[in-house]
Amino acid sequence: MTTSPDMVIIIIDLVLLTLLCLTAFAIMLVRHLFAVVALTGAFSLLSAGLLVTLDAVDVAFTEAAVGAGISTVLMLGTLALTKRREATKPKLSPIGLMIIFLTGATLIYATPDMPKFGAADSPGLMHIVPDYIEGSKNDIAVPNIVTAILASYRGYDTLGEVAVIFTAGMGVIILLGRRREDEYGYSEDNAAFPLHPEGSDNTTGKDKS
Amino acid sequence: MIEALISHYNYWLIIILMMLGLYVVVSRGNLVKKIVGLNIFQTSVFLLYISLSKVSGGTAPILTGKPESFSNPLPHVLILTAIVVGISTTALGLALVVRIRESYGTIEEDDILIAERSQDVSERNGGSA
Repeated sequence: MTTSPDMVIIIIDLVLLTLLCLTAFAIMLVRHLFAVVALTGAFSLLSAGLLVTLDAVDVAFTEAAVGAGISTVLMLGTLALTKRREATKPKLSPIGLMIIFLTGATLIYATPDMPKFGAADSPGLMHIVPDYIEGSKNDIAVPNIVTAILASYRGYDTLGEVAVIFTAGMGVIILLGRRREDEYGYSEDNAAFPLHPEGSDNTTGKDKS
Repeated sequence: MIEALISHYNYWLIIILMMLGLYVVVSRGNLVKKIVGLNIFQTSVFLLYISLSKVSGGTAPILTGKPESFSNPLPHVLILTAIVVGISTTALGLALVVRIRESYGTIEEDDILIAERSQDVSERNGGSA
């Protein structure tokens, strides 16, 4: 076993990461929101592939189901209820550029302190993980170590996760459960702050019954 | 130099990805696009954690009976939880976008700010608009 990662893994890694960066660029530039959502699905699928090469098969599975599946469906649903097109032209934001260059430089400055990619002696592996691996073999007898940790050693984390999903679900129901005023989902008459009070170009709220 | 490149290139590319997501959040006014940017940022944080757990020569952490070395399973568990929490926040954010569209008739940040300001002015000029 060598300490430096395999050449094949590196090449697959590089290809997938480059594709991810290109997809993110495309998401940044495209203005049609339908295309943006489709690209987000592709982004999730690519990252699921990358997670498989990094040995995280359970995470890849979840990412493919949740990221590429559910979140795409949710976003398409939102687009059906809102607009399909971004109004403003994408323009360079100097403050944004400054923020990301500062943050990125700080993060990259910190990376030499991180364990080498693929190192077998990284600190994260030393502390409690050997116990978990032994325990999942001897005490819990579940072949998948991730399952053993998720459901048994860190069961309370998973309980907290269920609480988070419940809270989010309640929030969505409270926000959207109220019946809409008309079938278009938006009515100029009932809007708290009508944008274009007269001579509006908004076609959805025109038909007054 | 080559040594440092091979041992850290993964982190650097993921950081670039992270910054792309952050830039979409900061610079774009459309609320749906902001949430998409947040998703990119989130996914790259997941990738950063999972890269930390990779052990070269190791396999996925599933016991097969043979003695072998595994990648670190603990970050996998944490990120599984994080993915689910992430979809919860995305769902809540999208629900907020739908509500904002119902109340303001737009999902562009600039238009919402204009509407807010005109509301403030009309309140100052004597109560109900």
